[in-house]
Amino acid sequence: MSKRKRVVLLIYILFLLVPIYWLLNMSFKSNTEILGGLSLWPHGFTLDNYRVIFTDPSWYRGYLNSLYYVSLNTLISLSVALPAAYAFSRYRFLGDKHLFFWLLTNRMAPPAVFLLPFFQLYSSIGLFDTHIAVALAHCLFNVPLAVWILEGFMSGVPKEIDETAYIDGYSFPKFFVKIFIPLIGSGIGVTAFFCFMFSWVELLLARTLTSVEAKPIVAVMTRTVSASGIDWGVLAAAGVLTILPGMLVIWFVRNHVAKGFALGRV
Amino acid sequence: MSLTLEHVSRIVDNQVYIDDACLNFEPGSFNVLLGRTLAGKTSLMRLLAGLDRPTSGRILMNGADVTGVPVRKRNVSMVYQQFINYPTMTVFENIASPLRQAGVAQAEIERKVQETARMLHIENLLRRHPLELSGGQQQRTAMARALVKDADLVLFDEPLVNLDYKLREELRQEMRELFQARRTIAIYATTEPNEALALGGTTTILHEGRVVQSGKTAEVYHRPQQVLAAELFSEPPINLMSGGISGTEVSFEDAVHFPLNPDLRGLGEGAYRFGVRPSHIGLVPSNDDDLELAVTVDLAEISGSETFLHVRNEHFTLVLHLPGVHEYDVDTPILVYIPTHKLFVFDTRGKLAQAPSRRLVRSA
Repeated sequence: MSKRKRVVLLIYILFLLVPIYWLLNMSFKSNTEILGGLSLWPHGFTLDNYRVIFTDPSWYRGYLNSLYYVSLNTLISLSVALPAAYAFSRYRFLGDKHLFFWLLTNRMAPPAVFLLPFFQLYSSIGLFDTHIAVALAHCLFNVPLAVWILEGFMSGVPKEIDETAYIDGYSFPKFFVKIFIPLIGSGIGVTAFFCFMFSWVELLLARTLTSVEAKPIVAVMTRTVSASGIDWGVLAAAGVLTILPGMLVIWFVRNHVAKGFALGRV
Repeated sequence: MSLTLEHVSRIVDNQVYIDDACLNFEPGSFNVLLGRTLAGKTSLMRLLAGLDRPTSGRILMNGADVTGVPVRKRNVSMVYQQFINYPTMTVFENIASPLRQAGVAQAEIERKVQETARMLHIENLLRRHPLELSGGQQQRTAMARALVKDADLVLFDEPLVNLDYKLREELRQEMRELFQARRTIAIYATTEPNEALALGGTTTILHEGRVVQSGKTAEVYHRPQQVLAAELFSEPPINLMSGGISGTEVSFEDAVHFPLNPDLRGLGEGAYRFGVRPSHIGLVPSNDDDLELAVTVDLAEISGSETFLHVRNEHFTLVLHLPGVHEYDVDTPILVYIPTHKLFVFDTRGKLAQAPSRRLVRSA
């Protein structure tokens, strides 16, 4: 039985990894080999595709832009969501439950709905084609998510710890930074991971709100059809490099994510 | 440092948590708050600590009004029923935390933490984190943190409830010693009458947010001013029977009659309620004024080396608290003996009319 399970699992993982393998495979081939016929591994192994990306500013600046606004967004989302989640988890106030639910409903509307108002607003106040514009726009769905996850983690910390800290003489800011934040460290890790992920993969808002200066990598990738046709190899290399940051982040928070799924609300 | 409550009430959402409490705690005293769950013990402690504000009334510390002073500005410490420590800090840092906030010098912190840890027998655990410790050790850490600063007021909210029996006994004994030499006011909440008796000091009985009686523990135990106090400060609860005195005769429920003994002679005729402690009723006569009652067994509840024997006759039920193991089948007819000189007598409104005199308690 366990052997059969293992076989099934193996096949499952194999199928799951085939597209990713194919992408990796393509990124090490020349365009002629890609279009030439079926080859299961690169016969003429080349790093040319990667060289193009790391030397051509229109490519590598796409990555830098993306990383910049994604980090900015994660930072903003966390710093806004931490106090909000604390309020939701510790205090009862008029309409607190409704407000909490309303925050979540922001996630239910497709981003396309907000596209036009964002575009018009940002254009008229000179935020168009800036990193902060995309970072702010992504707060639309990342802040509610962050509040939701963090609230779950914070509610898992007994209120008596807060009180003990006050009894010991901590002021509120000191307690929050020195005691409370380390306590929910894994929650913050998980939240940062999700903010990073959603902001990294988001295409619609990022592409619409930028043109040249803050153009994200996902947008660069969709605009690579040149006069000489599609550059398959470079595109594949770009794809591989786009997966990498996500993999790195997952690697760093993998222990916390497991905890997060158990303790928090995710 | 004396602590005084003047007509303190706390009402939340139309629900009365504390109803007009007037209390006084002397410096250097050990005070027990006794009451069942929901009696208001925790609510009262939170008011005393300054974690909650009273709806009305004043709290005075050494004569100064501290009603609105936040907990941070008061010199109090508190130990909760749950084991509350900072999980991310070592035991040492946990204990040192109030001192660090007070800006005490490092050398002094080292010395005080070591000293307190030794007092609570956790000096070899200082490098560990709280979650690596057993429950008893975690609670000792919390207690050490409460004791390390010389607080004017130390609050214990049922600190031993979540510990196993042996640890409880041990810590309870140490508890009194820890406070012997201090000038602090210690307040200890518990649901168990026996714990209050073991800890001594003064006892305040709470019931449904009201103070039922407050005074020296022995005094409250031996002279409960109301039926309620007698019921609450007794485990199992005191046996109560209504009855009356007429002429030279006492009667329970118009069914059991016995001659008036000298102790009760001063009471005068009328209707009364009579109480007798479960531990005072015996299976063999102990005195010549004992009242012999024929009853049948409902249940023999054996707990370790003690037996709680539930019996009844047609008119009332009784509980006996007997040392040793006594096994009985249900409905076995037996004879029990109530020492009539150990009767508590309350009037019909529940006020104490007569308590058994201590002289006889001692001889028994």
